[in-house]
Amino acid sequence: MSGVDTLARQQGARQGYWRRLPLIDNPRVRWGLVLGGVVYLVLALASVEVNWARVAEGSGRALNFLGAFLQPDFVSRQNDIMAGLLESLTMTLTSTVIGVLLAIPVGLGAARNISPLPIYTVCRAIIAVSRTFQEIIIAILFVVMFGFGPFAGMLTLAFATIGFMAKLLAEDIEDLDWRQVEAVRATGASWWQTMNHAIQPQVMPRLIGLSMYRLDINFRESSVIGIVGAGGIGATLNTSLSRYEYGTSAAILLIIIAIVLMSEYASSYVRRWTQ
Amino acid sequence: MPVSTTPQGAPLWQRRTTRAQWLQYAAWLLGISLFLLCWKVISDNTMWVFVEDAGRQGSDLISRMMPPRWEYASVLWKPMWDTLNIATLGTVLGIAMAFPVAFLAARNTTPHPLVRSLALTVIVSSRSINSLIWAMLLVTILGPGVLAGIIAIALRSIGFVGKLLYEAIEEIHPTPVEAISATGASRLQVMNYGVLPQVMPAFAGISVYRWDINIRESTVLGLVGAGGIGLQLNASINSLAWNQVSVIFVMIFATVLVSEWVSARVRHAII
Repeated sequence: MSGVDTLARQQGARQGYWRRLPLIDNPRVRWGLVLGGVVYLVLALASVEVNWARVAEGSGRALNFLGAFLQPDFVSRQNDIMAGLLESLTMTLTSTVIGVLLAIPVGLGAARNISPLPIYTVCRAIIAVSRTFQEIIIAILFVVMFGFGPFAGMLTLAFATIGFMAKLLAEDIEDLDWRQVEAVRATGASWWQTMNHAIQPQVMPRLIGLSMYRLDINFRESSVIGIVGAGGIGATLNTSLSRYEYGTSAAILLIIIAIVLMSEYASSYVRRWTQ
Repeated sequence: MPVSTTPQGAPLWQRRTTRAQWLQYAAWLLGISLFLLCWKVISDNTMWVFVEDAGRQGSDLISRMMPPRWEYASVLWKPMWDTLNIATLGTVLGIAMAFPVAFLAARNTTPHPLVRSLALTVIVSSRSINSLIWAMLLVTILGPGVLAGIIAIALRSIGFVGKLLYEAIEEIHPTPVEAISATGASRLQVMNYGVLPQVMPAFAGISVYRWDINIRESTVLGLVGAGGIGLQLNASINSLAWNQVSVIFVMIFATVLVSEWVSARVRHAII
């Protein structure tokens, strides 16, 4: 904003004419973005093929499905739901524990202020690979390698946990208060002692909070990797949907929502308690 | 830090009281036994024969993936364009729906507490269900295709954008809002001139961030039939054409890197 512009705006405002400042200052960039957006939207919408006859046919099913949410059917597939849920929950817990345990060394290695360059590069590469691919793609590969079932799912979630936790832990370590590390080092502490008494106490609250958050994410993810055969409630859900048993699907979805809500509540409680 | 004295009268420091110490031991014991129990459930449901075989299977898989069949990339441009469209149009639709929901859910802009809890319910249910599950539902309702993918991404984005945006709205400065209400502005005008300018940068940042996540998610929606490059991925896996799968992986990797770069640049420019 130049001074002349501001003056003109003030004079305009005195005569009762005022408009607020635009979000993007440069008018060329602003209108260029708008034009680009419109051109893209036209191109994109033109390339979306919609089979309207099929949509019309399906809208009846949509109503059925909404109806199923009003009276979900928890009973008729009770055993399948329980088995799937148990598998999902066990996968969630074990994968979070294993993932966090493995993420701690990777996170320490990926913090530039405490690790030498070669280790830093390797750890950052591990994080990048683990974060780029969706859980479900990794699940496909692990199912091929380890066979169907919750073991492949657990490994998938643990692998995804490593990238997530290690990245956030490394960022946390990079921002820590360096004076405490210096103080502990000045006493002649060894590397282990420095980690244990200077770094761990500073990152622990966040580490616990993040682990709780990841537990939550892992549960949500465990409900989808079943689609490709990695165990959990996802397989049950997929089957019920393809058999058009909407009552059961609605019941499973409601259970998932309830568990996510509970774990979100619990994790916010734990985070408040640790901080 | 509790202090007790030794029989000689010297003070003895401990980090925790005896009670806290025992509680901690109990918590560890409980946690470890829970973990072992869960581990047992998983190991009972696992065929260990296959796991022992994993190293050989893995190297076999890699040898099938290499070398990638690069000619296959020419078939992938259209699905890639579809994937981008699913992510972008889905994000646009999602933020269009999330915007009013966030205003209804924020404590300081909601018209009524009852409306607020309704909006929060919408946000939570959208957040707890993965976009793949939304896609599965929508494919049975709308039929396979890009449309199901777009709506799945949109429905999943409502919760994410809505949650972050309503938190941003709750953190605004009350002073501009007061100043504008003092001029006699209507409720909508207060929103427009007092609240909106304050949350606009956060909103733009959140949207771009979600777009970046959606690009990742839209690459796999095809696995359940919702269009995009995932369809090709599914077809290649089902026909065991692993050298095509590796081409798709390389493309996904490249797209994700580019979208992450774009989103980081845009967020950097805004904030």
